[in-house]
Order: sequence, then structure tokens, then C-alpha cells
Amino acid sequence: MSKKLIVNRRSVLKYGGAASVALATPYFFTRGALAQSENYRNAPTGGTVTFGFNVPQTGAYADEGADELRAYELAVEHINAGGGGMLDTFSSAALRDAGGGVNGKKVEFVTGDTQTKSDAARASAKRMIENDGAVVITGGSSSGVAIAVQGLCQEAGVIFMAGLTHSNDTTGKDKRANGFRHFFNTEMTGAALAPVLKNNYGTDRKVYHLTADYTWGWSQEGSIQKYTEPLGWETVAAVRTPVGAGDFSQYITPILNSGADTLVLNHYGKDMVNSLTQAVQFGLRDKQVNGKDFVIVVPLYSRLMVQGAGDAAKGIFGSTNWHWSLQDDASKAFVQSFGEKYGFPPSQAAHTCYAQAILYADACQRAGTFQPSVVGAQLEDFDFDGLGNGPTTYRGSDHQCFKDVLVVKGKENPSTKYDLLEVVEVTPRANVEYPAELLGGELGPYNDGAA
Amino acid sequence: MFSSLSRNDWLLLIVFSAIVLVLPWALQPIGAAYPDLLQKFAIFGIFAIGFNILFGLTGYLSFGHAAFIGVGSYVAVWSFKLLTMNVIPAVILSVGMAAVFAFLIGYVSLRRSGIYFSILTLAFAQMSYNLAYSVLTPITNGETGLQVRAIRQTAETSLRDGDVRVIDQLFGIPEVGVPITNLFGMKMSGYPGFYFCAVLLIICFFIAMCITKSNFGMMLKAIKSNQNRLNYTGIHTRPYLISAFVISGMYAGLAGSLLAITDPIAGAERMQWTASGEVVLMTILGGAGTLVGPVLGAGLIKYAEQKVSSWNEGILHNALSALPDGVEDFLVGLFSFFVGEGWHLTLGFLFMVIVIFLPGGLMEGARRIRASFGRDNSSKASGSKTVSQPAE
Amino acid sequence: MDAIFLQILNGLDKGGAYALIALGLTLVFGTLGVVNFAHGALFMLGAFCAVTLHRILNISFERVSETQKDFLGNPLKEQVPYLQEWFGPQVSEFLLDWSVPISILLAIIVMGIIGVVMERGLIKHFYKRPHADQILVTFGLAIILQEIVRHYFGANPIPQSAPDVFAGAANVGNWVGLGDNVIYPWWRLVYFMFSALVIFGVFAFLQFTTFGMVVRAGMQDRETVGLLGINIQRRFTVVFGLAAAVAGVAGAMYTPILPPDYHMGMDFLVLSFVVVVVGGMGSLAGAVLAGFMLGILQSFASMNEVKSILPGIDQIIIYLVAVIVLLTLPRGLMGRKGVMED
Repeated sequence: MSKKLIVNRRSVLKYGGAASVALATPYFFTRGALAQSENYRNAPTGGTVTFGFNVPQTGAYADEGADELRAYELAVEHINAGGGGMLDTFSSAALRDAGGGVNGKKVEFVTGDTQTKSDAARASAKRMIENDGAVVITGGSSSGVAIAVQGLCQEAGVIFMAGLTHSNDTTGKDKRANGFRHFFNTEMTGAALAPVLKNNYGTDRKVYHLTADYTWGWSQEGSIQKYTEPLGWETVAAVRTPVGAGDFSQYITPILNSGADTLVLNHYGKDMVNSLTQAVQFGLRDKQVNGKDFVIVVPLYSRLMVQGAGDAAKGIFGSTNWHWSLQDDASKAFVQSFGEKYGFPPSQAAHTCYAQAILYADACQRAGTFQPSVVGAQLEDFDFDGLGNGPTTYRGSDHQCFKDVLVVKGKENPSTKYDLLEVVEVTPRANVEYPAELLGGELGPYNDGAA
Repeated sequence: MFSSLSRNDWLLLIVFSAIVLVLPWALQPIGAAYPDLLQKFAIFGIFAIGFNILFGLTGYLSFGHAAFIGVGSYVAVWSFKLLTMNVIPAVILSVGMAAVFAFLIGYVSLRRSGIYFSILTLAFAQMSYNLAYSVLTPITNGETGLQVRAIRQTAETSLRDGDVRVIDQLFGIPEVGVPITNLFGMKMSGYPGFYFCAVLLIICFFIAMCITKSNFGMMLKAIKSNQNRLNYTGIHTRPYLISAFVISGMYAGLAGSLLAITDPIAGAERMQWTASGEVVLMTILGGAGTLVGPVLGAGLIKYAEQKVSSWNEGILHNALSALPDGVEDFLVGLFSFFVGEGWHLTLGFLFMVIVIFLPGGLMEGARRIRASFGRDNSSKASGSKTVSQPAE
Repeated sequence: MDAIFLQILNGLDKGGAYALIALGLTLVFGTLGVVNFAHGALFMLGAFCAVTLHRILNISFERVSETQKDFLGNPLKEQVPYLQEWFGPQVSEFLLDWSVPISILLAIIVMGIIGVVMERGLIKHFYKRPHADQILVTFGLAIILQEIVRHYFGANPIPQSAPDVFAGAANVGNWVGLGDNVIYPWWRLVYFMFSALVIFGVFAFLQFTTFGMVVRAGMQDRETVGLLGINIQRRFTVVFGLAAAVAGVAGAMYTPILPPDYHMGMDFLVLSFVVVVVGGMGSLAGAVLAGFMLGILQSFASMNEVKSILPGIDQIIIYLVAVIVLLTLPRGLMGRKGVMED
């Protein structure tokens, strides 16, 4: 409905019609205007097509957002040039063959600030859809935001390519036909991490969870328990901590007397930086409990967070979607092009966003249109390689990418300030796969936002 | 009650309504004429007008009004989930529930005044936010936010993940996927949504105007100028204060329900103290105590948040491409501090400049400009007789 | 027993931090009558004094390494600190190790100057203005300071480590005859002692010096003091500088506990206001008392035993206590009549 009015009003203004008539007669001009072009939301008409990059530019994840934006700019550069970076190693040749641009159109982009708040993120996404004519919204650095924006894109009729979002719900309970996620989730983290933890720390562990008190935290806690308890690990206590607590001392001291010998920090961002720093300060890692060394595990790692935690992260296990030290051709090509442009290696957030931009553009090129339902069909069950994670599939039943998961460890002797994580193991994709029904939810039908 | 309105007041109302209704065209040149931002202008305009009834008239500075926006949003979404996608029940229930909350919080908080009152309201709002984000997840859906869903297939599905919508089901209204809010069949997103908000904004403006000019309004202003004197003369001020608090809470509840109507999701962040702070800033920026000021302030802050934040370097280069290269690069470098990711900086400077040079907010500026042209009469005509009586 | 003892330690430690942050705020309230929303930003600036000092000590020149490679495979350019080059690695290591305590000196100087400039340049003009205006202008200033810091340091937290001597945890249990499981980080003990020292110092300054006496008199009745021919204005400037310096050192010393980022001021702002108001506006002793009280209550509310009875209590305890205190004691714990009530 709203779409009709926009197209309607614009076309009327363009043809010099009386603007006041436009709102009074919603249906007349719409049909005519859409008859020539394709019938979907924000169908590009000129020689350009607009992508919308919705990233946190202010707030706690601003650095991550800035890195995402860098990656998007690089991706747009490569798409418009028909090559460069991981586009050269990508298994699908459609964009390279096109020789620049998508469907013969040059890619332009608009940006928005999510502020890592659902309301603000939806508002900026709406601006890019309603005002700037974006055909796709992508980016973001938290699951709450991703789910909120995904819902919006479904209503508005554009594709949403999720950025960094790790909660199961994004492609589980809250999945939507118009939404796609390349990043991994808590389920995969649990499955990938458990065997490594068993090999390093044995089967007899008493675990204490500190969990950020919101959806992602609970989901992460659940996944770790689900995969470690069959190995013989036992949960002593799972304590919820308020988001943004700052000082975690009152949650750390009870661990000392709990008889636990393992601490799992289901925290992300600033919470993780603070709780890890403080837990190490409390001497937990110097302790011996039940005749074993006390250990700490951080299920979800990001290099930027490790940078914030400093020495505290050394030797601590976690999982990550991608790391720049990977030695496959695709990762090397990406690090090379990113590094040459910006002077430092990309983060995992940058990688997933770059990959999402390329995957979307490629699907459009193969589809020959930007129409969400047709583009989505190209992405569904699409097998590809050469984007840094090895052979990958975009599963059609829940729009989740399945690929290898990296288990990493804080590096003991970093050579540079970026060299903070070392890859301990690459858990093969087969080990982290799960049936789509496991997480519930329903994709529903595609929405093209057609009039 | 209308008799207290002068001819000039009616004139102001008409001008105000006209401006609000032509916004979709008037704002085209500054790139703000798209449904979402227009809706936000109207919604936060309502919020700020309501806040001003409490703060502008009585001088009581509440730091917890965002809680009522949150209550309004949650109630509205629950109404969509349980009853119907029609917006009328949502609006009525939200405003009603916000009134109940406002009465409870106001009854307690108004036992204190000054900064003690501010901190009490802040404390209530922060408690609501913290609980909504975590422990109350069964009602609020926590971090993800409460959303409208498709009709649930089985009774085992939790109400958060599947809706019942008994009234719609009773009338056999068909649904495909997740439905959109409507007003008796008219969809409430996009421009119709804006006009719905705009009409309510005008009604709210009118009500606020009546309140300001009424005896009740006089009493509130008397509380602001000297509450002790009122007490000495044997007047109980608390009932008046509680009424004002509840009314402004209802405005906030309405704003909250409209947020959910134009965009059916309700999240806890709406209740955070920063959201409460935002409406304080809107009101002071525009001019506390004036009728138009808060609406202006709301518009300005929302514009900065949405548009200024989107001007990245590419857009700057395009805008300044007419200039010589060196000058262009320099200006782009300079401006990029203040726009895009630096939009907070612009906001910070704006607050400081306004409050240093225009203590009465933007409306004070407008008054000064008029005064400098020697047209003192017209300043009265604007209905801003209460202008720039700063709140102590 | 162990658990309770540890939570008391936590509470004291937290309370020390709260009290220290609230102290400057209430000092400015009480003397100048100004609601300073930039106080959190001053705390944050203090923390970044520590970061800056660390960076200054680390100013380096590049030397191309023969053995190591950087992430692009080019020869690594090693960063060699000038300090190391001039004074040898031992001095350099020592200074870097102790950079947080040393930064107290920097913080006192820098923050004192910032405080005086702020008072003379801005706050002075707002004494007679309504509180709402004071809030708006200081909030604007806080945003600006915050954005400037973000521009130079980024949004990511920057870790600072305590000197090696204070790394790890002390076996407090052995000192008081409790089990081996009662350990507490050295640096937190240091921070507690430090905050007690600063609080004591500020009280002594106000109690035992002539200057302090005049300021206290000014807090009671500014006009009369002015009529006595005392230049109360100049003293207030010093008080503001003192408040800024206290916030600054509080921030600098807090960095090993909480890696600082540009937003940490805002995170502490609401909390410090609650502490000040619960203590009673303009009362120094009240702020300290309220700081410790809220710190201890928050620690106990976070215990699993308590949370299992009242889920989520740890999230709201501070605000709940604030409501209860303000409803039973009209002006907080030790507030005076007439301050900030109109």
C-alpha cells in the first residue's frame, strides 16, 4: 500500500501532475507506472541500483560497524569492477563474466546507523527503503537488531542479508523468507566447540555459566550445555547477569566456592571484555579445583573484543566465523585487498558482510533481476566456494549458511596487535549441521513488495 | 471549555494543522518527506506535547516518561496479537494502560519535588526497562522485541510466537502471512499511517491548547511559579499535579501505541533512560512551556538522527562537487566530523549553542526575530504567551 | 560465610568506586548548585588520561625487522619505544608497568585544568539559570567530549593493566582466618584503599583548611559569605577543578578493572546521580554513605540464593533502594532542607 503511494506520487511529480491529486487517487497512476518496469519494491529504473548498509555507527559496536562498512565499500568496488578480492576466488563466475555492475547496473549504496537498537535500526532501514530506494538491506552487529530488521524487510518487500548475528532465532524461530544469514549461530558453536573442549579439558568438568540475561545469552548457554553435558560435563550453576553490568565482581566471587572448575562466559561485546578481564583478575585461572586447572571458555569470539580484553584472553578457547590468518586462497585474497585499502586486516564482521554483499549481487546477476522472490530462489540451496569458509551451502529450508566453523584460542605471543587469535581447529561442516526443524519457525512466502 | 480560546488560538490551530498536513510536500527539499520519518515527527511531536504539559506547565522534570511509551507499545502489540489488527482497540487500551501506570508512578513520585522527583521517575523507568529486557521476557519477548505473528496453529505455541486475534477470527477476516495494522480496512503503514498520526497530533495539540488556557492550566502554572504560596492559601496541589502527570503519561502511551501501529514491534529500549532524556531535550530545545516548541524540537532531533546520520562521505562529495577539488576535500573532511557517524557531535553542539544563546529554545529565537522586526503584536498572536518561562 | 565475606568485600569495593564518582558530583551540587551531566564524561576523560599516558610512554619509531612478517607478508616494521632506546629496556618496562598509578599525576593536572576552564568558560554563566538549562548544556558538552574521545581512540574498549606487583589475587582468607577460597584481586584492594584515601583527603581539606571552611560556609549560605567580602566565586572555581580532578583520578585508577571506552561516562552517569540523591543533595557524607550502602546491597542482591527467591532483583536493586529511601526519608539519607527541592 505504502509502496503504491510512493511510486504513485513520484511518478506524478515527475510528469508534472498536481501533487495534491496524487494522494487522493491512489490507484490510477500506480498501475500505469508499474506496467513498464518490473513489479517489485524499489525496482531500479536508471543505470544504477542502490544497496542499503545498515550498521552500528554509534554505541558499543561502533568499531565493528565501521569495519562492516569498510568491507561493504570494498565489496561494492569489486562488484562494480567485476573482480578483485574474494570476487576473484568466488566459485560463481556470473559477476566476473558480467564485467562490472549487476544486471548492467552500477551499484551505489546508502548507509544508516542502527545504534544497536531495534527501533533505530528499523527506522534507518525504512529510510533507506522508503526514501533512498534500496533494494536490499544488509549489515548489523546484534541479533535483536537483525531479527527486527529482518521482520521489517519482510513487510517492506526487500531482501535482508544479515550481518553479524549469532542467535539461533535469526534463522530459527524468527526466520523470514526475505532474510538470509551467512554468519553461524549458537547451535553450531556448541557443536564445534564441545569436541575441542573435551580433547583439551577432559570429560569430567564442573561448569559454571555466567550468561548475559537476554535471548542470545540464554540460547548460547543452552547450546553449550546441550553439547557438553553428553560428554560428561556437569553444570554447577548458570547465573544470569544484567546486560551492561560493567563490574561483574559480585557474580565472580560465588564461583570461588562453588566447586566449579570451568567457567563459561556467555557474554558478547563490552560485557565479555569486562567479565573476562575481571574473572582473570580474580585469579580464577591460577586456581586448582578438583585437582584440575581452572579454565575459562568464551563461546563466541571476535578479534575486536579480544583486543579489548588484552592479555586476559590469552589461551582461552572460543569459536569464530572466520579469521584473517586463514591460509586458503580466498581468505588471502580478501585480506590482501582489504589490507591494501585500509592498512589493517579485516574482522570477522567485515568478512561476513563482504560475503553477504557478494552473494546477493551474484544471485541478482544469475537471476537477471532484483526481484526478491527470484533472487531468493537463486540463493536457496546454492552451493558455493571461494569465500573464505570452504564449500558452503545456503540451505533453502531456513536460509542459513552451512560451512566449517573455526575453533580459536587467544594467542599467547602475538606478533602484532592484530595477531590475537590462533585457529586451533576447523570443525568440518558435517559436524555442525542440524535439521532445520530443530529450531522451529516458519519462513512463510516471499514478499516482493509489489503493488 | 472552548470559550477560553481566543481568536488567535484558533488561528494558531488552523495554521498548525495546515502545516502538519502539507508536510509530505513541504519537507521534500530537505529529503525528509518519506513515511517513516513523517510518522516519527508526528509521534514524537505528540510525546513532546504531552511531556510539556507536565514539565512546561508545572516545572516537574520527569526522567521516566519513556516507560509510558514502552507500556503503550507493548499493550498495542498485545492488542494486535490477541484481539484484532484494527488500531482503535490498540489506541484505547494503550492510553488506558498508560494512564494506570502513570497514576501509580505519579502517585508515588509526586510525594517529592525537584530533583528527588526526577530521580524517582528515573528509578521507576529504569526498573521497567531492566525487567522488560530480561525477567519479563514472557510478556515482552525481551531483547528481540514483541512482534505480530501469524495465527498460531496449535494451542501449544506460545502466544509470543503465534497470535490468536479473537475478534478478527470471529469476523472471519482472512490473513496471508503476518498481517498489517489497519483502520477498518485502511492499511496503517506508509502515508495513510502518517495521516492517522497527523490527525491525532492535531487533536492532541488542540487538547493541550485547551488545557493550557483553562483554569486547570492556570493552576499548573501557579504551581510552577510558587507552590508554597498555593499551599498556604489552602489549595491542595497534589491532585492537580497527579492529573497533569497522568495526562502527560497518556500522551506518551498514545505515542507508544502509534509507534506500534505504524511499525508493529515493541522493544524494551524504548523505555531506557536515554529515551526519557531525549524527550526532555526535545522539549527544552524547542522551548519548554510553549505549545509549538516541543513539536519543533522533536522534529529537529528525529531529523538529525535519521538524515544527518546518513550523510556519508560519498554523499558529501556529491553535494560539494561543484567546488574546486582542494576546497571540496577540505570541506568534506570538515563536515564529515559532524555528519554520518559523527551526528552525535552535531547534536551536542546544537544543545550547547541553543541553550547558551537561546535560553528559551527555538521558540525564543522565533520570538526574538519577530521582536527585532518590531512586530510585537504578532508574537502574541502565535499563542506563545507562556514562552520562555524557564522551569525552575 | 566465605561467600558473605566476599560479597561484603565486593560491596566495599563497588561502594568505594560509587562514592568516589558521586563525591565530585555532590560537591558541585552543594557548592555551586549546578546539575552537572558532564560529570560522567569527566570520569571517562580521567580514564583516558591513563590510556594517553600509556600511549605517550609507548611512542615509538619504526625499525624493519629481519625475521618477522606482517599480515600481508611484507617484512614487519617493528615498533621500538623511544623510552627503551633512551633509557634502556628496564626503565621503559618499569614505567609502562606502572603507567596506571603514574597517570594519577597526569589526571590531577589535566582534569584540574579542564575543570577550571569548564567552570570559567561555561558553568559560571549557568549559576542563575534553571536546572533544565544546566542539564541540557552539560549534556551537550558530555556528548561532545565523548565524541572527541571516540574520534581519537575508537569505540572499542582499550585494556590497561595494573602493575605486575598487583596482578592476580590476594589470599585474603588466610589473613582473617577463612578458607583458601577467599581470594580477592590485589588491584581491587588497592582501589578500595585509594578511594578511602581520596575521600578522606577531600573531607580533611574541607574540614581543616581555611579555604575549606569558606567553601563550607558558602555551601550553607552563599550570599552572606559574599557580603563578608570574601571572593567566593574564585573559590568555587577551585572547587569545580577539585571535583573534576577527583572524577579524573577515580577514572584513571578504574581502568585495570574496567577497560575504558568512550561511553563509560554515560554508563556511570545515572548511577552516580542515584547515589548522590539517595545520599541527599549536597551532602558529602551522604554521598559516601549511599555509595557504600548501594554497593553492598547490590552485591548481596546478586547472590544466587537471593536471585532464586526474587528473580531479577539484582537488575533493579539500586533503583528499588532509591525509591524506598526517598519515600521514607524525604531528602535522602543526609540531605538538607531546601537544596534542589524547587
